[in-house]
Amino acid sequence: MELICPAGTPAAFKVAVDAGADAVYCGFRDETNARNFPGLNFSRDELRAAITFAHERGAKVLVAINTFPRAGAVDVWHRAVDDAVALGADALILADVGLMDYVARHHPDQRLHVSVQAAAANADAIRFYVEAFGARRVVLPRVLTVPEIAVITSEIACETEAFVFGGLCVMAEGRCSLSSYATGRSPNMQGVCSPPSHVTYGEAQGKVVSRLGAFTINAFADGEPAAYPTLCKGRFATSHGAGYIFEEPASLDAATLLPSLRKAGVTAVKIEGRQRSRAYIESVVRSFRQTIAALDAGVVAEAASLTALTEGQTTTVGAYRKTWR
Amino acid sequence: MARLDGKTAEEAAPSGASAGRDGGMRLTLGPVLFNWDAGAWRDFYFRMADEAPVDTVVVGEIVCSKRLPFFLDHMPSVIDRLTAAGKTVLLGSLVLVSLPRERRQMADLVEAEHLVEVNDLSCMPALAGRRHAIGPFVNVYNEATAAFLAGRGAERICLPPELPLASVRAIATALPDTVFEVFAFGKVPLAISARCYHARVHGLSKDNCRFICEQDPDGLPVSTLDGDGFLTVNGVQTLSHTCANLLGDAPALADAGVRSLRLSPQHCDMVEVARTFRDVLDGRSEAEAGSEALATLYPAVPFANGFLHGIPGASRVAGARAGGA
Amino acid sequence: MPASETAIPTVPPFLSSLMRPLPLLPLQPVLAVLISRIRRHHPQIFERLGAHADKSFGIDPTDLPFAFVLTPHPNSPAVSAVRALPASLNVRIAGPLAGLIGLVEGDFDGDALFFSRDLRVDGDVEAVLALRNAIDDAEIDLVGEVVRGLGPLKAPAERALRSLLRPPRRAAGPEAGATSWN
Repeated sequence: MELICPAGTPAAFKVAVDAGADAVYCGFRDETNARNFPGLNFSRDELRAAITFAHERGAKVLVAINTFPRAGAVDVWHRAVDDAVALGADALILADVGLMDYVARHHPDQRLHVSVQAAAANADAIRFYVEAFGARRVVLPRVLTVPEIAVITSEIACETEAFVFGGLCVMAEGRCSLSSYATGRSPNMQGVCSPPSHVTYGEAQGKVVSRLGAFTINAFADGEPAAYPTLCKGRFATSHGAGYIFEEPASLDAATLLPSLRKAGVTAVKIEGRQRSRAYIESVVRSFRQTIAALDAGVVAEAASLTALTEGQTTTVGAYRKTWR
Repeated sequence: MARLDGKTAEEAAPSGASAGRDGGMRLTLGPVLFNWDAGAWRDFYFRMADEAPVDTVVVGEIVCSKRLPFFLDHMPSVIDRLTAAGKTVLLGSLVLVSLPRERRQMADLVEAEHLVEVNDLSCMPALAGRRHAIGPFVNVYNEATAAFLAGRGAERICLPPELPLASVRAIATALPDTVFEVFAFGKVPLAISARCYHARVHGLSKDNCRFICEQDPDGLPVSTLDGDGFLTVNGVQTLSHTCANLLGDAPALADAGVRSLRLSPQHCDMVEVARTFRDVLDGRSEAEAGSEALATLYPAVPFANGFLHGIPGASRVAGARAGGA
Repeated sequence: MPASETAIPTVPPFLSSLMRPLPLLPLQPVLAVLISRIRRHHPQIFERLGAHADKSFGIDPTDLPFAFVLTPHPNSPAVSAVRALPASLNVRIAGPLAGLIGLVEGDFDGDALFFSRDLRVDGDVEAVLALRNAIDDAEIDLVGEVVRGLGPLKAPAERALRSLLRPPRRAAGPEAGATSWN
């Protein structure tokens, strides 16, 4: 199983490769990628250097151009595609049907991966991307159980990639307008969810209150762990009580499911976190590299090291287990 | 509160949909998104067929495959009644398709003689080259994607609700032969998930949900911890708390090349909602008076049109002033 | 779960109180050299900051009796030591010195320190993120830069500083938090 790792900066990129990534995914510093956060991502020159660095060490580079091109400005996304191809990207991770069509027509030899943002949640949808654009791999939406993944991989003619660690979208990705409902900026259009430009922290009644745009997302008592005000992981109220209606601020850790994911036919496992630090990349990538190496060697995976890694925080195996639904 | 079954002989009027208004703005009734009692669901469509001045009606359960069996028995009579009244009937496909049961349901759907409104690209292989419509849950963010889909048989496209007017204009202008529609009335669908929030809020598992969502025929209101209305839960779907109202934006939308407005059924008198839209579109009343009428028909829910204006979707801009944006 | 399971050492209170009466003025030339070296060796920080480089950042090591004001403008970046942070800043970042230095040196993950409440952030959250990301990319050896000019004392000074700042297990604990910013 390949290990696919995130990089939001050139420094994080090197850390990911050195820590054992088979491939690193990253994006340009603009609205063409779905982690368009301030201070993150790559200039053309930085990507060129990163690709050289990776290729010298036998690692691959996947370039995410996975927002949906703005009507009337599609050429910005076309340039991102052309440049990534020219710089030697091993694959492009795309979400938009029109952009995939562009790649299939103008760069027919370029390896194309279907982004999780495309929400290809079943074999029929995946078949569409394979037949229409020659997609070679699909990143599976985080809505599927392991048995469902096994059925999908047996029915399709391309590789699959599954998230195993990091931030967890509760909603089907690429099909969520919660962020733009509160802030006017969305993952699909601007490449940001719950953007920091619209976040404020304040204090009220002895609690830290986080707000996104005009809406209170959460309130933390003294000593309680805080969370970034991601919309779907906030505390809200209904007539049946208040709390985490959609999801707790937990993150995905499917390390224990690696054997079953492999058995289900998954080609590659992916770590989320292009917006995270070098320290995070180093620890998480190294840990998963070790676990996969142990698996390959037929040794029982060392769950202990991963437990330490997530110490003090809440993790979940998310939709991979049916009870999550 | 207006009632679904509030039909009286006095109110009944010839539907007169859009005869003689070629080139004018049409009206489409979107599918019922909420879990209504099957009998009330049938009566709702009968009344819409008999009385509502809408040109096209989308029928079918698109949110939750578990609900579908309840409506199947009534589907033929509803379709017959609508067709006899001169309405164009579209069959809406499921938004999120992952289970084998759901794939079978969609396979049956595309075999039907009526035009399918595609809400997930998993329908595409089966529809290849056949006429169809694209629903608001397919990511059409730009003219290239719209052109690709039109080239594969899409005759009508209801654009995603989060699109700003500039994008709507760029797309509609690029494809004059395709009928473009925007979401103009109703709580706006914002997200879809594998997890059922109705079941979660009630402490039930999704598989044993007891169809608890039927308690909330207009969805379950979700407010912030401050008590501000924020979202609406409808099983696996999350909608806005606000109600879209693009009455004041209709001239700008017509100018941008939009040919139909979508009215999404809420638990209120949708015949009168449709009449109100028709009256404003035909110049029999002003947009402002129309909005006042809508506020009476669907009270206690604030109106919004922020998405169209590129600001938070929950916001409202006076349409007439910002119409040219 | 408790928020205090992190392993960030703090400056012992007696050391901190010893520092309280010290004048801040002698710190200024050290800071000036530091910022000019960073400007020379890590120019990409300013490019990554973009428009946020015009903002002012208050940095408050909660275990020291003074704080710093950073204005990372590309033409004239500056850091100054102050007794208390002024009110007019765009951003205030507060946390133990070792945590703040660990962030710069890449040993800690900013998100995790924030979630565990070891780090407090007020003001322009976007600017904080931009600074965090820009600095994380720069791979600054902050302690090394500080002790650079000390000649023969460099090595022992660096050892002393590091033992004061270093968490018991490198890169464990605080960075482990996996909750995402998005």
